[in-house]
Amino acid sequence: MTIAKQAAPSGVALSHDEISRYSRHLIMPEVGMDGQRKLKAASVLIIGAGGLGSPLAMYLAAAGVGRIGLVDYDVVDASNLQRQVIHGTKDIGRSKLDSAKDRLLDINPHIEVETYNEPLTSENALDLFAGYDVIVDGTDNFPTRYLVNDACVLLGKPNVYGSIFRFEGQATVFDARIGPCYRCLFPEPPPPGLVPSCAEGGVLGVLPGTIGAIQATETIKVILGIGEPLVGRLMLYDALAMRFDTVKLRKNPDCPVCGENPTVTELIDYEQFCGMPGHDHSEFTSENEALAPAIDVEEVKARLDAGDDFILLDVREPHEWAISDIDRATHHIPKADILEHLGELDTARDIVVYCKTGGRSADVVMQLKEHGYERVVNMVGGINAWAEDIDRALPIY
Amino acid sequence: MASIRIPAPLRAYTDGNEHVTISGRTVDEGLRDLAGQYPALEKHLFTDGKLRSFVNVFIGEEDIRFLDGVDTPVKEDDRLMIIPSIAGG
Ligand SMILES: [Zn+2]
Repeated sequence: MTIAKQAAPSGVALSHDEISRYSRHLIMPEVGMDGQRKLKAASVLIIGAGGLGSPLAMYLAAAGVGRIGLVDYDVVDASNLQRQVIHGTKDIGRSKLDSAKDRLLDINPHIEVETYNEPLTSENALDLFAGYDVIVDGTDNFPTRYLVNDACVLLGKPNVYGSIFRFEGQATVFDARIGPCYRCLFPEPPPPGLVPSCAEGGVLGVLPGTIGAIQATETIKVILGIGEPLVGRLMLYDALAMRFDTVKLRKNPDCPVCGENPTVTELIDYEQFCGMPGHDHSEFTSENEALAPAIDVEEVKARLDAGDDFILLDVREPHEWAISDIDRATHHIPKADILEHLGELDTARDIVVYCKTGGRSADVVMQLKEHGYERVVNMVGGINAWAEDIDRALPIY
Repeated sequence: MASIRIPAPLRAYTDGNEHVTISGRTVDEGLRDLAGQYPALEKHLFTDGKLRSFVNVFIGEEDIRFLDGVDTPVKEDDRLMIIPSIAGG
């Protein structure tokens, strides 16, 4: 599938400085003066200035995309710097947008950078997207991904998609005018809690570099109208095996948003649709966190100090015990193994369950309750809250 | 025997195995064989005895939804893949 190559809009000229800067583009016939003027005339909106947004925005800026919009409302945290290369150590605590804008304009002062320091919502998405040619999805949660998709379908704009998890990534171009959309591939989100977020599951720092660079490449191809866009194909990347696979995507005639008889004709409530919050930095995707009976770290400490008899159960993975550990924990059983170890957990004793931040442990609490445990509670905030409020000698991760 | 690639989010339930050999004449039989080998995977693949709608199964490059769904025949040397919904960024 190819997109017809169109002439650059008239009235967009390159200065001598710009011609020097883009020389390596200009000497390739596939880009040339005409293509470089198209890039300068183009506008791209990047959703999320995080792992994917970092390399994406930097490469698009360097390539001379004339107007780059960034949507994010997060603040640079030390734990971002392992992969979000647009930000530096000096930026910790700053708004990601301020930090990203400085970096982009340092890379290329000939472009415009527009920042939107707000969450993307069903109320603002259509207005925001309307002002841009291409939308790039670098967000980190399901509700926002469905929102980005539906807004792009409704407006007839290409959605350059990338997503990552641990060592694996996916990329494609969803353009419902000529191919399938996100909902054609994923009609429904997975249930809350089934797929851990990067904050919970982890991510190889360089992985978003690979996937973000693919998204930047596809964005530039879409703008220039050259090559074969990744429309109707999903690129799957496995960093451990160092393998790229491609599978075919097809338009689903019954797709609720881009199909023949769409039922989604305006933006909906995506947090409700997905049953999970759309926070950019949400640590957990478990509705169990709201359901599980809770105990705070101060109370756990008080009970330990009082010599109360109870089971303190750590359900994190073994490699996490090496990062930080509560030495008075009585049991260490990873969440996935819990049902095989019920014999070690006495239903007659109180059980306090914890993990890193309280999401996985909430799942375990609900699981144990299903298996007849009544005296089981979730330690809110997990070991990180313990490190913050009780034992400052422990690191927060 | 056909094989199926398990994506990272589900490998916690296959003892970390990425590729699993499965038997069965159709996708449905193959997936049930897989769930038989790794019972913890069952609830991630099936609900009320049916394949969960967010589980994307491909044979080679093709989505089974555009073939015969879970009734799609599986040949000896077919490579199946489960493509997960991931949202990290
Ligand atoms: Zn669709």
